[in-house]
Amino acid sequence: MKRIIAAAALVAVVGLTGCSNVEPWVKPYERDRLADPIMFFDRDPVSSAYTHHVYEAREGARGGLGSAGGGCGCN
Amino acid sequence: MSRTFLCLTALTALTWLSCSHGAVLPEDRADALYHRYDGGGVTIDGPSLLVRKQVAKNVSVAANYYVDSISSASIDVVTTASAYSEKRTEMSVGADYLYNSTIFSTGYKNSDESDYAANSAYFGVSQDLFGALTNISMSYGRGWDDVSRNGDNEFSADVERHSYRLGISQILTRNLLMGMTLETITDEGFLNNPYRSVRYLDPESDKGYSYQAEVYPNTRTSTAVSLRGRYRLPYRAAVHSEYRFFDDTWGIAAHTAEVGYTQPVWGRWMVDLNYRFYTQTAADFYSDLFSREDAQNYMARDKELSDFDSHTLGIGLSYEILPNGWRFFDKGNLSVRYNYIYFDYENFRDLRDDGDTPGTEPLYNFSANVVQFFFSVWF
Repeated sequence: MKRIIAAAALVAVVGLTGCSNVEPWVKPYERDRLADPIMFFDRDPVSSAYTHHVYEAREGARGGLGSAGGGCGCN
Repeated sequence: MSRTFLCLTALTALTWLSCSHGAVLPEDRADALYHRYDGGGVTIDGPSLLVRKQVAKNVSVAANYYVDSISSASIDVVTTASAYSEKRTEMSVGADYLYNSTIFSTGYKNSDESDYAANSAYFGVSQDLFGALTNISMSYGRGWDDVSRNGDNEFSADVERHSYRLGISQILTRNLLMGMTLETITDEGFLNNPYRSVRYLDPESDKGYSYQAEVYPNTRTSTAVSLRGRYRLPYRAAVHSEYRFFDDTWGIAAHTAEVGYTQPVWGRWMVDLNYRFYTQTAADFYSDLFSREDAQNYMARDKELSDFDSHTLGIGLSYEILPNGWRFFDKGNLSVRYNYIYFDYENFRDLRDDGDTPGTEPLYNFSANVVQFFFSVWF
Protein backbone atom coordinates (compact mmCIF):
# COMPACT_ATOMS: atom_id res chain seq x y z
CA MET A 1 0.00 0.00 0.00
CA LYS A 2 2.79 2.42 0.90
CA ARG A 3 4.37 1.77 -2.48
CA ILE A 4 1.12 2.64 -4.24
CA ILE A 5 0.71 5.85 -2.24
CA ALA A 6 4.33 6.80 -2.97
CA ALA A 7 3.82 6.09 -6.68
CA ALA A 8 0.57 8.08 -6.75
CA ALA A 9 2.29 10.96 -4.95
CA LEU A 10 5.08 10.85 -7.52
CA VAL A 11 2.53 11.09 -10.33
CA ALA A 12 0.85 13.99 -8.56
CA VAL A 13 4.20 15.79 -8.37
CA VAL A 14 4.80 15.08 -12.04
CA GLY A 15 1.32 16.46 -12.68
CA LEU A 16 2.09 19.58 -10.68
CA THR A 17 5.17 20.21 -12.80
CA GLY A 18 3.35 19.28 -16.00
CA CYS A 19 2.89 22.87 -17.10
CA SER A 20 6.60 23.59 -17.33
CA ASN A 21 7.83 24.17 -20.85
CA VAL A 22 9.46 20.88 -21.70
CA GLU A 23 10.57 20.99 -25.31
CA PRO A 24 9.46 17.78 -27.08
CA TRP A 25 12.60 16.15 -28.42
CA VAL A 26 10.55 14.17 -30.94
CA LYS A 27 8.50 16.74 -32.84
CA PRO A 28 4.92 15.95 -33.91
CA TYR A 29 5.99 15.86 -37.57
CA GLU A 30 8.65 13.27 -36.69
CA ARG A 31 6.12 10.75 -35.35
CA ASP A 32 4.92 9.27 -38.63
CA ARG A 33 6.59 5.91 -37.93
CA LEU A 34 5.08 5.78 -34.43
CA ALA A 35 1.62 6.44 -35.90
CA ASP A 36 1.82 3.24 -37.96
CA PRO A 37 -0.58 0.58 -36.53
CA ILE A 38 2.34 -1.86 -36.26
CA MET A 39 3.59 0.37 -33.40
CA PHE A 40 0.38 0.26 -31.36
CA PHE A 41 0.74 -1.38 -27.93
CA ASP A 42 -2.82 -2.68 -28.22
CA ARG A 43 -3.71 -2.93 -31.91
CA ASP A 44 -6.74 -5.20 -31.44
CA PRO A 45 -8.33 -4.65 -28.00
CA VAL A 46 -10.93 -7.40 -28.46
CA SER A 47 -8.16 -9.93 -29.04
CA SER A 48 -5.78 -8.77 -26.31
CA ALA A 49 -8.60 -8.72 -23.73
CA TYR A 50 -9.38 -12.35 -24.55
CA THR A 51 -5.70 -13.36 -24.43
CA HIS A 52 -5.26 -11.74 -21.00
CA HIS A 53 -8.35 -13.59 -19.80
CA VAL A 54 -6.91 -16.94 -20.97
CA TYR A 55 -3.76 -16.38 -18.92
CA GLU A 56 -5.39 -14.90 -15.82
CA ALA A 57 -7.72 -17.89 -15.53
CA ARG A 58 -4.77 -20.31 -15.42
CA GLU A 59 -2.01 -18.41 -13.64
CA GLY A 60 -1.56 -17.12 -10.10
CA ALA A 61 -0.39 -13.72 -11.33
CA ARG A 62 -2.85 -11.02 -12.31
CA GLY A 63 -2.89 -7.37 -13.37
CA GLY A 64 -0.22 -5.04 -14.64
CA LEU A 65 -0.43 -6.13 -18.26
CA GLY A 66 -1.85 -4.36 -21.25
CA SER A 67 -1.58 -0.87 -22.51
CA ALA A 68 -1.20 1.93 -20.00
CA GLY A 69 -3.56 4.02 -22.10
CA GLY A 70 -2.87 6.97 -24.29
CA GLY A 71 -0.78 5.89 -27.23
CA CYS A 72 1.87 7.63 -29.18
CA GLY A 73 0.25 11.07 -29.28
CA CYS A 74 0.58 11.00 -33.05
CA ASN A 75 -2.83 12.29 -34.05
CA MET B 1 -6.28 3.86 1.02
CA SER B 2 -8.86 4.26 -1.74
CA ARG B 3 -9.71 7.76 -0.50
CA THR B 4 -6.03 8.77 -0.59
CA PHE B 5 -5.63 7.33 -4.08
CA LEU B 6 -8.77 9.07 -5.35
CA CYS B 7 -7.74 12.40 -3.83
CA LEU B 8 -4.33 12.18 -5.51
CA THR B 9 -6.01 11.19 -8.78
CA ALA B 10 -8.33 14.19 -8.56
CA LEU B 11 -5.48 16.56 -7.60
CA THR B 12 -3.35 15.39 -10.48
CA ALA B 13 -6.26 15.58 -12.92
CA LEU B 14 -7.15 19.11 -11.86
CA THR B 15 -3.55 20.20 -12.28
CA TRP B 16 -3.32 18.59 -15.70
CA LEU B 17 -6.44 20.33 -16.94
CA SER B 18 -4.51 23.54 -17.51
CA CYS B 19 -1.80 21.83 -19.58
CA SER B 20 -3.44 21.30 -22.93
CA HIS B 21 -1.63 19.25 -25.57
CA GLY B 22 -4.44 17.60 -27.50
CA ALA B 23 -5.33 14.05 -26.49
CA VAL B 24 -7.69 12.11 -28.76
CA LEU B 25 -10.55 9.72 -28.16
CA PRO B 26 -10.23 6.08 -29.30
CA GLU B 27 -11.18 5.22 -32.89
CA ASP B 28 -14.76 4.29 -33.84
CA ARG B 29 -14.54 0.57 -34.40
CA ALA B 30 -16.49 -2.70 -34.21
CA ASP B 31 -15.05 -6.20 -33.74
CA ALA B 32 -16.72 -9.62 -33.90
CA LEU B 33 -14.52 -12.38 -32.51
CA TYR B 34 -14.87 -16.14 -32.14
CA HIS B 35 -12.55 -17.75 -29.59
CA ARG B 36 -11.76 -21.36 -28.77
CA TYR B 37 -9.54 -22.81 -26.04
CA ASP B 38 -8.84 -26.53 -26.06
CA GLY B 39 -6.45 -28.04 -23.53
CA GLY B 40 -6.18 -30.23 -20.43
CA GLY B 41 -9.62 -31.76 -21.00
CA VAL B 42 -11.28 -28.34 -21.11
CA THR B 43 -12.92 -26.79 -24.16
CA ILE B 44 -14.14 -23.20 -24.01
CA ASP B 45 -15.47 -21.27 -26.96
CA GLY B 46 -17.82 -18.43 -27.78
CA PRO B 47 -18.17 -14.99 -29.30
CA SER B 48 -16.99 -11.55 -28.24
CA LEU B 49 -18.53 -8.44 -29.77
CA LEU B 50 -16.98 -5.04 -29.12
CA VAL B 51 -18.31 -1.74 -30.46
CA ARG B 52 -16.85 1.70 -29.82
CA LYS B 53 -18.46 4.90 -31.15
CA GLN B 54 -18.03 8.61 -30.64
CA VAL B 55 -21.48 9.93 -29.73
CA ALA B 56 -20.71 13.60 -29.16
CA LYS B 57 -17.83 15.93 -29.86
CA ASN B 58 -15.99 14.87 -26.69
CA VAL B 59 -17.61 11.57 -25.74
CA SER B 60 -16.91 8.04 -26.89
CA VAL B 61 -18.81 4.99 -25.64
CA ALA B 62 -18.03 1.28 -25.86
CA ALA B 63 -19.91 -1.95 -25.22
CA ASN B 64 -18.72 -5.54 -25.13
CA TYR B 65 -20.68 -8.81 -25.08
CA TYR B 66 -18.65 -11.93 -24.36
CA VAL B 67 -19.54 -15.59 -23.85
CA ASP B 68 -17.57 -18.60 -22.57
CA SER B 69 -19.26 -21.95 -23.30
CA ILE B 70 -17.36 -24.39 -21.11
CA SER B 71 -17.12 -28.16 -21.35
CA SER B 72 -14.81 -29.44 -18.63
CA ALA B 73 -13.24 -32.79 -17.91
CA SER B 74 -10.04 -31.30 -16.48
CA ILE B 75 -7.56 -33.21 -14.31
CA ASP B 76 -9.32 -31.90 -11.17
CA VAL B 77 -12.73 -32.90 -12.47
CA VAL B 78 -11.60 -36.36 -13.60
CA THR B 79 -9.95 -37.19 -10.25
CA THR B 80 -12.39 -35.64 -7.77
CA ALA B 81 -15.70 -34.81 -9.48
CA SER B 82 -17.77 -35.26 -12.66
CA ALA B 83 -17.46 -33.64 -16.06
CA TYR B 84 -19.71 -30.62 -16.50
CA SER B 85 -20.79 -27.97 -18.98
CA GLU B 86 -21.76 -24.40 -18.27
CA LYS B 87 -21.94 -20.95 -19.78
CA ARG B 88 -20.52 -17.63 -18.60
CA THR B 89 -21.84 -14.40 -20.06
CA GLU B 90 -20.07 -11.10 -19.62
CA MET B 91 -21.32 -7.64 -20.58
CA SER B 92 -19.52 -4.35 -20.15
CA VAL B 93 -20.11 -0.72 -21.03
CA GLY B 94 -17.74 2.20 -20.82
CA ALA B 95 -17.43 5.85 -21.69
CA ASP B 96 -14.55 8.27 -22.28
CA TYR B 97 -14.88 12.02 -21.95
CA LEU B 98 -12.24 14.28 -23.49
CA TYR B 99 -11.63 17.63 -21.81
CA ASN B 100 -8.68 19.54 -23.28
CA SER B 101 -5.86 17.01 -23.07
CA THR B 102 -7.41 14.89 -20.35
CA ILE B 103 -9.52 11.80 -20.89
CA PHE B 104 -11.83 10.70 -18.08
CA SER B 105 -12.94 7.09 -18.36
CA THR B 106 -15.55 5.09 -16.55
CA GLY B 107 -17.11 1.69 -17.03
CA TYR B 108 -19.15 -1.15 -15.59
CA LYS B 109 -18.88 -4.90 -16.13
CA ASN B 110 -21.12 -7.82 -15.20
CA SER B 111 -20.19 -11.48 -15.47
CA ASP B 112 -22.74 -14.18 -14.77
CA GLU B 113 -22.63 -17.97 -14.57
CA SER B 114 -24.65 -20.56 -12.68
CA ASP B 115 -22.61 -20.32 -9.47
CA TYR B 116 -20.72 -17.04 -9.71
CA ALA B 117 -21.76 -13.45 -10.40
CA ALA B 118 -19.20 -10.67 -10.64
CA ASN B 119 -19.81 -6.94 -10.94
CA SER B 120 -17.15 -4.27 -11.23
CA ALA B 121 -16.86 -0.57 -11.98
CA TYR B 122 -13.89 1.68 -12.61
CA PHE B 123 -12.94 5.31 -12.99
CA GLY B 124 -9.75 6.52 -14.62
CA VAL B 125 -8.02 9.59 -15.90
CA SER B 126 -5.24 9.89 -18.49
CA GLN B 127 -3.27 12.88 -19.64
CA ASP B 128 -0.81 13.72 -22.42
CA LEU B 129 2.14 15.76 -21.21
CA PHE B 130 5.26 17.41 -22.62
CA GLY B 131 4.05 17.89 -26.17
CA ALA B 132 2.33 14.49 -26.07
CA LEU B 133 5.63 12.70 -25.58
CA THR B 134 4.32 11.31 -22.32
CA ASN B 135 0.98 9.87 -21.30
CA ILE B 136 0.14 9.22 -17.66
CA SER B 137 -2.95 7.35 -16.53
CA MET B 138 -4.43 6.39 -13.18
CA SER B 139 -7.50 4.34 -12.42
CA TYR B 140 -9.43 2.86 -9.54
CA GLY B 141 -11.72 -0.13 -9.82
CA ARG B 142 -14.04 -1.89 -7.43
CA GLY B 143 -15.62 -5.32 -7.72
CA TRP B 144 -18.39 -7.21 -5.95
CA ASP B 145 -18.72 -10.97 -6.49
CA ASP B 146 -21.43 -13.36 -5.30
CA VAL B 147 -20.27 -16.95 -4.91
CA SER B 148 -22.68 -19.88 -4.75
CA ARG B 149 -22.43 -23.66 -5.13
CA ASN B 150 -24.59 -25.65 -7.51
CA GLY B 151 -26.68 -28.22 -5.63
CA ASP B 152 -26.24 -26.46 -2.30
CA ASN B 153 -28.81 -23.75 -1.71
CA GLU B 154 -27.43 -23.11 1.78
CA PHE B 155 -24.06 -21.91 0.51
CA SER B 156 -23.63 -18.22 -0.28
CA ALA B 157 -20.54 -16.03 0.00
CA ASP B 158 -19.15 -12.84 -1.43
CA VAL B 159 -15.92 -11.16 -2.44
CA GLU B 160 -15.03 -7.47 -2.48
CA ARG B 161 -12.20 -6.27 -4.69
CA HIS B 162 -10.29 -3.00 -5.14
CA SER B 163 -7.74 -2.27 -7.85
CA TYR B 164 -5.38 0.68 -8.23
CA ARG B 165 -3.56 1.17 -11.50
CA LEU B 166 -0.92 3.65 -12.56
CA GLY B 167 0.49 3.75 -16.09
CA ILE B 168 2.94 5.78 -18.09
CA SER B 169 3.80 5.57 -21.78
CA GLN B 170 6.66 7.50 -23.28
CA ILE B 171 7.98 8.34 -26.73
CA LEU B 172 11.75 7.98 -26.41
CA THR B 173 12.88 8.37 -30.02
CA ARG B 174 11.33 8.52 -33.51
CA ASN B 175 11.32 4.70 -33.43
CA LEU B 176 10.90 3.70 -29.80
CA LEU B 177 7.93 3.68 -27.42
CA MET B 178 8.10 2.51 -23.82
CA GLY B 179 5.41 1.89 -21.23
CA MET B 180 5.21 0.98 -17.57
CA THR B 181 2.25 -0.14 -15.46
CA LEU B 182 1.91 -0.63 -11.72
CA GLU B 183 -1.22 -2.32 -10.41
CA THR B 184 -2.26 -3.37 -6.93
CA ILE B 185 -5.34 -5.49 -6.33
CA THR B 186 -6.87 -6.38 -2.97
CA ASP B 187 -9.52 -9.04 -2.38
CA GLU B 188 -11.55 -9.83 0.69
CA GLY B 189 -14.10 -12.59 1.06
CA PHE B 190 -14.51 -16.21 -0.05
CA LEU B 191 -11.53 -16.64 -2.37
CA ASN B 192 -11.31 -20.39 -2.90
CA ASN B 193 -13.19 -22.62 -5.27
CA PRO B 194 -16.15 -24.14 -3.36
CA TYR B 195 -15.82 -27.45 -5.24
CA ARG B 196 -12.07 -28.05 -5.07
CA SER B 197 -10.39 -30.36 -2.56
CA VAL B 198 -6.94 -30.97 -1.13
CA ARG B 199 -5.64 -34.48 -0.56
CA TYR B 200 -3.91 -35.76 2.56
CA LEU B 201 -2.21 -38.99 3.57
CA ASP B 202 -4.75 -41.43 4.99
CA PRO B 203 -3.57 -44.98 5.81
CA GLU B 204 -7.20 -46.03 6.23
CA SER B 205 -7.95 -45.33 2.57
CA ASP B 206 -7.34 -47.91 -0.20
CA LYS B 207 -5.39 -45.37 -2.25
CA GLY B 208 -3.42 -44.17 0.76
CA TYR B 209 -4.94 -40.70 0.65
CA SER B 210 -8.27 -38.94 1.08
CA TYR B 211 -9.73 -35.54 0.24
CA GLN B 212 -11.08 -32.60 2.22
CA ALA B 213 -12.29 -29.15 1.17
CA GLU B 214 -9.77 -26.42 0.40
CA VAL B 215 -9.44 -23.52 2.85
CA TYR B 216 -7.94 -20.24 1.64
CA PRO B 217 -7.22 -17.03 3.53
CA ASN B 218 -10.06 -14.55 3.09
CA THR B 219 -7.78 -11.69 2.05
CA ARG B 220 -5.23 -11.29 -0.71
CA THR B 221 -3.20 -8.32 -1.92
CA SER B 222 -1.10 -8.45 -5.06
CA THR B 223 1.19 -6.05 -6.85
CA ALA B 224 2.31 -6.29 -10.46
CA VAL B 225 4.73 -4.01 -12.26
CA SER B 226 5.41 -4.30 -15.96
CA LEU B 227 7.69 -2.65 -18.48
CA ARG B 228 7.13 -2.83 -22.22
CA GLY B 229 8.73 -1.44 -25.34
CA ARG B 230 8.03 -1.32 -29.04
CA TYR B 231 10.70 -0.51 -31.61
CA ARG B 232 10.19 0.34 -35.27
CA LEU B 233 12.86 -1.27 -37.44
CA PRO B 234 14.54 0.59 -40.32
CA TYR B 235 12.18 -1.19 -42.74
CA ARG B 236 8.41 -1.39 -42.07
CA ALA B 237 8.35 -3.88 -39.21
CA ALA B 238 8.35 -3.72 -35.42
CA VAL B 239 9.71 -5.72 -32.50
CA HIS B 240 8.23 -5.62 -29.03
CA SER B 241 9.02 -6.97 -25.61
CA GLU B 242 7.34 -6.97 -22.21
CA TYR B 243 8.38 -8.02 -18.73
CA ARG B 244 6.19 -8.25 -15.62
CA PHE B 245 7.05 -8.99 -12.01
CA PHE B 246 4.24 -10.13 -9.73
CA ASP B 247 4.14 -10.65 -5.98
CA ASP B 248 1.30 -11.30 -3.52
CA THR B 249 0.57 -11.90 0.16
CA TRP B 250 -0.06 -15.60 -0.49
CA GLY B 251 3.61 -16.13 -1.32
CA ILE B 252 3.26 -16.33 -5.09
CA ALA B 253 6.01 -14.57 -7.05
CA ALA B 254 5.87 -14.66 -10.84
CA HIS B 255 7.87 -13.46 -13.82
CA THR B 256 6.39 -12.99 -17.28
CA ALA B 257 8.49 -12.19 -20.34
CA GLU B 258 7.35 -11.80 -23.93
CA VAL B 259 8.99 -10.92 -27.23
CA GLY B 260 7.31 -10.45 -30.58
CA TYR B 261 7.72 -9.33 -34.16
CA THR B 262 5.23 -7.64 -36.50
CA GLN B 263 5.75 -7.62 -40.26
CA PRO B 264 3.40 -6.28 -42.97
CA VAL B 265 3.70 -8.41 -46.13
CA TRP B 266 2.26 -8.45 -49.65
CA GLY B 267 0.64 -5.06 -49.23
CA ARG B 268 -2.52 -6.05 -47.34
CA TRP B 269 -1.30 -8.78 -44.99
CA MET B 270 0.19 -8.45 -41.51
CA VAL B 271 2.07 -11.21 -39.68
CA ASP B 272 2.61 -11.27 -35.90
CA LEU B 273 4.91 -13.73 -34.14
CA ASN B 274 5.40 -13.94 -30.40
CA TYR B 275 6.91 -16.04 -27.64
CA ARG B 276 5.89 -15.75 -23.98
CA PHE B 277 7.47 -17.34 -20.91
CA TYR B 278 5.80 -17.46 -17.51
CA THR B 279 7.03 -18.88 -14.21
CA GLN B 280 5.65 -18.72 -10.68
CA THR B 281 6.38 -20.02 -7.20
CA ALA B 282 3.68 -21.81 -5.20
CA ALA B 283 1.43 -20.20 -2.59
CA ASP B 284 2.64 -20.72 0.99
CA PHE B 285 -0.35 -22.90 1.79
CA TYR B 286 -0.20 -25.05 -1.37
CA SER B 287 0.67 -28.73 -1.23
CA ASP B 288 0.01 -31.61 -3.58
CA LEU B 289 -0.26 -33.95 -0.59
CA PHE B 290 -0.74 -32.83 3.00
CA SER B 291 0.64 -34.99 5.81
CA ARG B 292 -2.72 -35.45 7.55
CA GLU B 293 -6.29 -34.16 7.68
CA ASP B 294 -6.54 -30.52 8.80
CA ALA B 295 -2.76 -30.28 8.62
CA GLN B 296 -2.84 -26.45 8.38
CA ASN B 297 -5.22 -23.55 8.87
CA TYR B 298 -5.07 -22.81 5.12
CA MET B 299 -4.72 -25.51 2.49
CA ALA B 300 -4.85 -25.50 -1.31
CA ARG B 301 -4.28 -27.99 -4.09
CA ASP B 302 -5.26 -25.73 -6.95
CA LYS B 303 -2.68 -26.13 -9.71
CA GLU B 304 -2.92 -22.40 -10.49
CA LEU B 305 -1.35 -21.87 -7.02
CA SER B 306 1.41 -24.44 -7.55
CA ASP B 307 4.98 -24.01 -8.76
CA PHE B 308 4.90 -24.11 -12.57
CA ASP B 309 6.19 -22.71 -15.87
CA SER B 310 4.41 -22.10 -19.15
CA HIS B 311 5.59 -21.38 -22.67
CA THR B 312 3.49 -19.81 -25.43
CA LEU B 313 4.21 -19.67 -29.14
CA GLY B 314 1.87 -17.46 -31.12
CA ILE B 315 1.23 -16.49 -34.72
CA GLY B 316 -1.28 -14.00 -36.08
CA LEU B 317 -2.36 -13.18 -39.60
CA SER B 318 -4.41 -10.17 -40.55
CA TYR B 319 -5.78 -9.25 -44.00
CA GLU B 320 -7.09 -5.81 -44.93
CA ILE B 321 -10.32 -6.50 -46.80
CA LEU B 322 -11.50 -2.92 -47.29
CA PRO B 323 -8.36 -0.89 -48.06
CA ASN B 324 -10.41 1.88 -49.72
CA GLY B 325 -13.43 1.68 -47.45
CA TRP B 326 -16.98 0.73 -48.39
CA ARG B 327 -20.11 2.81 -47.82
CA PHE B 328 -19.72 4.24 -44.32
CA PHE B 329 -16.82 1.91 -43.38
CA ASP B 330 -13.34 3.43 -43.55
CA LYS B 331 -11.56 0.08 -43.57
CA GLY B 332 -11.93 -3.55 -42.50
CA ASN B 333 -9.69 -6.42 -41.39
CA LEU B 334 -10.02 -10.18 -41.14
CA SER B 335 -7.67 -11.71 -38.56
CA VAL B 336 -6.75 -15.08 -37.14
CA ARG B 337 -4.52 -15.76 -34.15
CA TYR B 338 -3.22 -19.10 -32.91
CA ASN B 339 -1.40 -19.69 -29.60
CA TYR B 340 0.15 -22.96 -28.47
CA ILE B 341 0.61 -23.00 -24.68
CA TYR B 342 2.53 -25.65 -22.74
CA PHE B 343 2.07 -25.85 -18.94
CA ASP B 344 4.64 -27.77 -16.91
CA TYR B 345 3.89 -28.30 -13.20
CA GLU B 346 6.67 -28.81 -10.65
CA ASN B 347 4.63 -29.95 -7.64
CA PHE B 348 1.19 -30.91 -8.94
CA ARG B 349 0.87 -34.61 -9.61
CA ASP B 350 -1.22 -36.57 -12.10
CA LEU B 351 -3.49 -38.93 -10.11
CA ARG B 352 -5.23 -40.56 -13.06
CA ASP B 353 -3.21 -43.80 -12.79
CA ASP B 354 -3.90 -45.90 -9.71
CA GLY B 355 -1.19 -47.93 -8.07
CA ASP B 356 1.45 -45.31 -7.42
CA THR B 357 2.61 -44.67 -3.87
CA PRO B 358 1.04 -41.37 -2.76
CA GLY B 359 3.43 -38.52 -3.51
CA THR B 360 5.33 -40.42 -6.25
CA GLU B 361 2.78 -40.05 -9.08
CA PRO B 362 4.10 -38.44 -12.29
CA LEU B 363 4.11 -34.64 -12.39
CA TYR B 364 1.33 -33.15 -14.48
CA ASN B 365 1.70 -31.21 -17.72
CA PHE B 366 -0.58 -30.35 -20.61
CA SER B 367 -0.75 -28.25 -23.74
CA ALA B 368 -3.51 -25.99 -25.02
CA ASN B 369 -4.48 -24.72 -28.45
CA VAL B 370 -6.04 -21.27 -28.45
CA VAL B 371 -7.61 -19.90 -31.64
CA GLN B 372 -9.21 -16.54 -32.38
CA PHE B 373 -10.95 -15.43 -35.59
CA PHE B 374 -12.10 -11.85 -35.75
CA PHE B 375 -13.54 -9.34 -38.15
CA SER B 376 -12.94 -5.63 -37.54
CA VAL B 377 -14.37 -2.53 -39.19
CA TRP B 378 -13.57 1.14 -38.65
CA PHE B 379 -16.23 3.75 -39.36
